[in-house]
Amino acid sequence: MKKILKHREILLLAIIAIMIAGFASRAQGFAAPGNLANIFNDTSILIILALGQMTVILTKSIDLSVAANLAFTGMAVAMADAAYPGLPLILLVVMAIGIGACLGAINGYLVWALQIPPIVVTLGTLTIYRGMAFVLSGGAWVNAHQMTPTFLNFPRMPLLGLPVLAWIAIGIVIGAWFVLTRLPFGRAAYASGGNPTAAVYAGIDIGRTRFFAFVLSGALAGLCGYLWVSRYAVAYVDVAIGFELDTVAACVIGGISIAGGIGSVGGAVLGALFLGVIKNALPVIGISPFAQMAISGIVIVLAVVFNARAERRAGRIILRDRAAPEISA
Amino acid sequence: MPLRTQPIGTESTSVTVPILEMRGISQIFPGVKALDGVDIKLYPGQVTALIGENGAGKSTLVKILTGIYRPNEGEILIDGKPVAFAGAQAAIDAGVTAIHQETVLFDDLTVGENIFLGHAPRTRFGMIDWRAINSRAKYLLQALESEIDPAIRLRDLSIAQRHLVAIARALSVEARIVIMDEPTAALSRKEIDDLFRIIEGLKRQGKAILFISHKFDEVYEIAENFVVFRDGRAVGQGRLRETPQEDIVRLMVGRDVKDVFPKVEVSIGAPVLRVEGFCHPTEFRDISFELRRGEILGIYGLIGAGRSELCQALFGVTRRSAGRLTLEGQPVDIRSSSDAIAAGIVYVPEERGRHGLALPMPIFQNMSLPSLSKTSRGGFLKAASELALARKYAERLDLRAASLSVPVGTLSGGNQQKVVIGKWLATRPKVIILDEPTKGIDIGSKAAVHGFIGELASEGLSIIMVSSELPEILGMSDRVLVMREGLSAGLFDRQQLNAETLVRAATGNT
Repeated sequence: MKKILKHREILLLAIIAIMIAGFASRAQGFAAPGNLANIFNDTSILIILALGQMTVILTKSIDLSVAANLAFTGMAVAMADAAYPGLPLILLVVMAIGIGACLGAINGYLVWALQIPPIVVTLGTLTIYRGMAFVLSGGAWVNAHQMTPTFLNFPRMPLLGLPVLAWIAIGIVIGAWFVLTRLPFGRAAYASGGNPTAAVYAGIDIGRTRFFAFVLSGALAGLCGYLWVSRYAVAYVDVAIGFELDTVAACVIGGISIAGGIGSVGGAVLGALFLGVIKNALPVIGISPFAQMAISGIVIVLAVVFNARAERRAGRIILRDRAAPEISA
Repeated sequence: MPLRTQPIGTESTSVTVPILEMRGISQIFPGVKALDGVDIKLYPGQVTALIGENGAGKSTLVKILTGIYRPNEGEILIDGKPVAFAGAQAAIDAGVTAIHQETVLFDDLTVGENIFLGHAPRTRFGMIDWRAINSRAKYLLQALESEIDPAIRLRDLSIAQRHLVAIARALSVEARIVIMDEPTAALSRKEIDDLFRIIEGLKRQGKAILFISHKFDEVYEIAENFVVFRDGRAVGQGRLRETPQEDIVRLMVGRDVKDVFPKVEVSIGAPVLRVEGFCHPTEFRDISFELRRGEILGIYGLIGAGRSELCQALFGVTRRSAGRLTLEGQPVDIRSSSDAIAAGIVYVPEERGRHGLALPMPIFQNMSLPSLSKTSRGGFLKAASELALARKYAERLDLRAASLSVPVGTLSGGNQQKVVIGKWLATRPKVIILDEPTKGIDIGSKAAVHGFIGELASEGLSIIMVSSELPEILGMSDRVLVMREGLSAGLFDRQQLNAETLVRAATGNT
C-alpha cells in the first residue's frame, strides 16, 4: 500500500504539474517561479488547516468547526491588538494558538467523554464559535488602520525569498510529518482510525487520541486565525466562512480516507496545493467568477470518485478474506 | 454404520415424496471444502433436524438453500424438478424461506412494514397499500396465535415477539420450505413451547421444516428426522425415534482425536493465574479457575455460553462486576487492556479483521502496536527497532509476506493470524488467551498453529484456549473448563476428557 500511496502522491504531483503547464500556455508567466511562490504563499493557510483536519480524519472523526474557530480566534487577537497596541506579537500568536487549542479541546471533550459523533459535535460548535465571534465583536469589523504594523506585516516579511507565512506553513508541514510518523500519538491516530477495536485491544485509548487530534486541529486553526486576519488585514464575523469544506476537500483529494486510518502528510499538502492552483488559475485564464465555484466543485467530486475507486480495490482484499471465516460461522 | 440413509416413510401416508432434495452438494472456498457431497431430503409436514458442531457446514448449507451461495457441485430439486437459485430472491420465489438466529428485522419500522418489506401489497396506482399490509399482517399473526398490533414499532416488542414477527415474515411469502437456524437460542422455555406449537401448526399445513439446533432435548421433542453434519459431510441421517442420543453424539464427534493432535508432554509448573468468582452483569457468573505454568486450559461451550466475554473481562476490555485476579501470587486489578498488557496477560481475539488488525497499516506497525513503549526511545518511535521486532516474530512464525511494510490487508487469512499471534508474543506475556485460534483457516495452517501452541506451552507460557471445535479442545488441552449459559458446567482433567462428557456438560444433557 505504501507503494500505491507513494505512487498516488506522485500521480497527484504530476497532475498539478500538468495543470500548471496547461494554465501557463493560456496565461503568460503563470509558471514563473515568482508566481508559483505566490500560489504557495496563498495556499499556506489551507495547507496548515488541512494538516489539522487530516489528523482528525485519520482517527475516524471530522472537524467542521475549523473555519469558525479561525474566525473567533482571529477576531479575538485582532481586537486585543487594536485595544492594546503595546502587546508583543509573540504573545498574540501564543494567545491565538491557545484559544484555538481550547476550542478544539471542547470538541475533543464532547467526542471523548460524551461519545457524541464528531460530525454532530463540530456542526454544533461551528455555529457556536461563529456566534461567539459575533458576540465578542458586536458585529463590528476590525480594520487595517486599527491594527499595529508589526501585527499586519510579520507574515508578509520576506525571508530567504519567501514570505514568513510560507515559512510557517513549511515548518508546520515538517512538524506534522514528525508528529504523525515519529511519535506514538501519530501511530495511535492511524490505529484508531484503521481499526478502532483492534486499537483498544492493543491498549490504545482511542478517546484520548481523538481528543488530542481535535486539540491539534484547534491549535492550528487558532494560529491560522492570526495569519488570516493579518494577511487580509481585516477581521469580521464572516471571515473564512465555508473554509472548513476546503480543508476536507484538500484531504480527500490528497488521498486521506474519510473512513480513517489511511493518508499521508504529503497527500494532504498536495491536495491543498491542487485546490490552490485551481483557485489562482481560474481568474487568470479569464473564467467567470460564477463558474469558478462550480468548476472547483466538479474537480473535488472527480477527486472523490478517483479515491473511491482506489479504496474499492483495497476493499476487495478484505472481502476475499471474509469468505474464509464465514465457512465456520 | 447402521444409521446411514434409512428409507423414510410415514404411517399416515404410504408414499411420501420429498418437497426438496439436495443431491451431492459441494461448496468449495479457497483452501477449504465447506460441504462435500451432501444429500438431504425434506418432506412435507415433517421437521428435519440438522445437527453438527460449529464449523461442520450447517451455515453454508443454509446459505445455499437461501440462494446466497451457489454450490460448486450437485443439484437442488424442488418437487422433483431441478432448480438453480440466482440469488436470494430466486430462493424466496421458489418457496424457501429462512428464519435466522439473530432476526434480521428493522427496529424503527412497524410490525406490518417488517413483515412485508420488499414485497408490500400495492394499490391500483402502484402505491403501497397500507390497509392491506395491516390486515394481512394481522391475519398472519393471528394464525400464529398472536395478538401483536401490526401498527406498532418493532422496537417495542420482546425478543420472543420479534421472533413471531420473523416467522410471520417468512410465512408472508407463501413459503413451503422453512429453515430455522437455532431459533430457540434467545428464547425462554415458555417461549420455546409457543414456538413449538407454531411449528406443529406449520407441519399440519404441510410445510417442510429444516430445524437447526444444538439442544438435543428440543430436537427430540419437535423433529421427526435428523441429519448429522461433520466436516462438511452428512455422516448420518434417519428417524430420530429409532436413534438413541448416544449414537448422535458419536456421529457428531466421529474421529479419533488422539491421532490428529500429538500432544507435547510439558511439565506443568507452579500456578500463574488464579481467577476467583468472576462475574459480569449479563454474560457470565461466578467463574473460578487456576492456570499453571506451561498449562493449556481449554474453554469449551456452545456459542453464546459466555466464553469470549469471560476472556474479554480477563483482558480488561469489558468490566467485570465482581471477582478477583491473582497473577503469580500478586493480586492485580485490570481495568483496561493496557493494564492487562502491562501485567503480562494478552488476548488474541476471535475475529481477526474486527478485533485484531488494522488492515491498512503495514505488517510491522501492526506487530509493534502493543509494544510501542518498548520499541520507542525517549518518546519517539524507532522504525528500525519496530522492524527488528517484527522480523524476529515473522521468522519465528514462518510468516509469508513480500515485505514487512506491506499492509496486513494484503495477506491471506492464515498469515494474518500469524501477525496477530506475533504481535501479542512480542509483548512477552505470561498468559496468552487464544479465542478460536484456528477459526476460518485451512487445515494445513491449523496444524501449524496447533504445533506452535504446544511449543509456547513447552516454553513455559500459560495458555487459555477458547474453542468450539471438540477435537481441538480434546487434543490440545491439559484441562477443560466447560461453560453453559454463562455458568461453569464443570472443570475436567485430561484423564477425564472425552467427547461425550464435554458435549453433555455443554448442552446440559446429563
